[in-house]
Amino acid sequence: MSEPKNILLAEDNPLDIEMTLNALQTNHLVNEVVVVRNGAEALDYLYARGAYAHRVAGDPALVLLDIKMPKVDGLEVLHCMKNDAKLRSIPVVMLTSSREESDLLQSYKLGTNAYVVKPVDFSSFIEAVTQLSIFWTVHNELPPRVAREAE
Amino acid sequence: MFRGSPRLARMFPQAPPIRRKLMVMLLVTCGAVVMVTCLSYFIYEFWTFRRTTVSQLDLLGEVIANNSTAALAFDSADDAQQILAALAADRHIVAGGLYTAQGALFARYPAALAEGMIPAAPDTDGRHFVGGGLAIFQPVMRNGKRLGTLYLRSDLGAMYERLKLFAGTGALVVLASLALAFFVSRALQRQISEPILALAETARAVSDRHDYSVRAVRQSADEIGQLTDAFNHMLGRIQQLNQELEQRVLERTAELRAANQELEAFSYSVSHDLRAPLRHIGGFAVMLEQHAGRSLDDKGRRYVAVIQDSATRMGQLIDDLLTFSRLGRSEMRREPVKLNELVEEIRQSLQAEINGRHITWRVAALPHVSGDAALLRQVFANLLANAVKYTRQRAEARIELGADGRDAGETVIFVRDNGAGFDMKYADKLFGVFQRLHHSDEFEGTGVGLATVRRIVQRHGGRVWAEAKLQEGATFFVALPSATARASSAPSKNS
Repeated sequence: MSEPKNILLAEDNPLDIEMTLNALQTNHLVNEVVVVRNGAEALDYLYARGAYAHRVAGDPALVLLDIKMPKVDGLEVLHCMKNDAKLRSIPVVMLTSSREESDLLQSYKLGTNAYVVKPVDFSSFIEAVTQLSIFWTVHNELPPRVAREAE
Repeated sequence: MFRGSPRLARMFPQAPPIRRKLMVMLLVTCGAVVMVTCLSYFIYEFWTFRRTTVSQLDLLGEVIANNSTAALAFDSADDAQQILAALAADRHIVAGGLYTAQGALFARYPAALAEGMIPAAPDTDGRHFVGGGLAIFQPVMRNGKRLGTLYLRSDLGAMYERLKLFAGTGALVVLASLALAFFVSRALQRQISEPILALAETARAVSDRHDYSVRAVRQSADEIGQLTDAFNHMLGRIQQLNQELEQRVLERTAELRAANQELEAFSYSVSHDLRAPLRHIGGFAVMLEQHAGRSLDDKGRRYVAVIQDSATRMGQLIDDLLTFSRLGRSEMRREPVKLNELVEEIRQSLQAEINGRHITWRVAALPHVSGDAALLRQVFANLLANAVKYTRQRAEARIELGADGRDAGETVIFVRDNGAGFDMKYADKLFGVFQRLHHSDEFEGTGVGLATVRRIVQRHGGRVWAEAKLQEGATFFVALPSATARASSAPSKNS
């Protein structure tokens, strides 16, 4: 099995970041979780530009996107990624506290791979994040192009 | 025929009847006038002619009688015969005779007249109408002395011939006048019928196409012209009112939409922003437990547990409240819903709550209703979940579903349980938001379930109510307007 890969977490709420990191790290899922605080930073990271111009090459294995973020929101980031041939194959999980049907419909229309409503109940939140991370970073077969680049 | 408009076709069964009516009226009037004129003329002519005939016969009788005095005086039958032969000049004289003063037949005309065609003895003097003819007995006098009697009989044929001719002429006149009246009235009735037909045509356009912009053309200044004006004025008013109404509907819709969007934005931010701190309270309580669980005593662990439970409960409340508020705004669909299938699905999904308890279900055959399947599912899910919840303390739980007799355009479905029930004193509070009749340490809940039930049923045009006895059970009734009742009361769009 290949080694665990990076996760990009786009989340503006520091407490949510702390909780998510706690959940992921408790389960020893990844080597590195890159945390960005808004959609603009997320796009900078994905395109390796701006503050991330000199980052280590390679796409994250999974992107966790909060919907409500300042500047550029999660739906816009998703829209950009799914309209870019290079980024389209990166799995995206919309991670949000919203139960609004419009958000869910919009996310699936834009091509999200999964949509998770952050539960208030922390244990189910951890379970959800863990399941997703395991699924997308360990079990999920990456498309050939990404797999080749990873080698 | 008025195609496409059954209502107008009913109003005017055969079109255009007004033309035919006017025509028939004119023809009947004209025909009657001509007939009466002809008939009165005919009667007048009949009497005049009859009188003329009588006076001519009288005159002839007098002349012949005067001429016959000598023949009678000298008892010369040959002379008398010759005098009577002069009657041949009038072809309507069918018989003639001379009687002596003693009453014996002296001479006859025509000479070969059969016996019996002439009276054997003279009757009283004067005129006698006999079978289709007129007869006179004229005294033959000389110097005040009666010499005998003259008998003349006319067959009135001249009169009948003339009357026949007259009747023929009369009939021709009637026919000719009717023909003339037909052509004249056909031209004249247009003046009346055409503006009316034009008006009817316009009314049909309005009724068929709901086009209030058409106008009838005013063709005359008379009452029909006034009617046309009034009709046009009315159309204008309807058109104006329609436009105003549409404008008002548009404005109201826009206002409603704006208000709805505001509400939407509000509930969106509630669901995002209110939930985030709650998630942190719950989440960090768990992290605290993980981090310091071992160093906490029982009291400390209980506090952490209470924090977690309260956060979960608050989250549940927010969810329920948002669902409830969305109910009033979401679009509602109408489709046939098979209640038995719905109830069966809900019962399957309640297995976790039932959790091995023994519940006796009695589900009767439920009718199909018309409504939004997802919303009605919520109604019965809430009612059944309540029934399961409030029978929890029963060793022998019974839940019954059935339909009350369909009456007054309603379908009534009830859910009955033998659970905790409630005091009917508080029945009016039962369906209010956040209203609870039990303590949450006895039966958990947010107080939104029955409020949701009521709102959904009300949106379907129905009503809900409940009957209960404390510790003996409760029955919840859902009354939905039945499909047939609604179909007949709803105005259809195309009529």
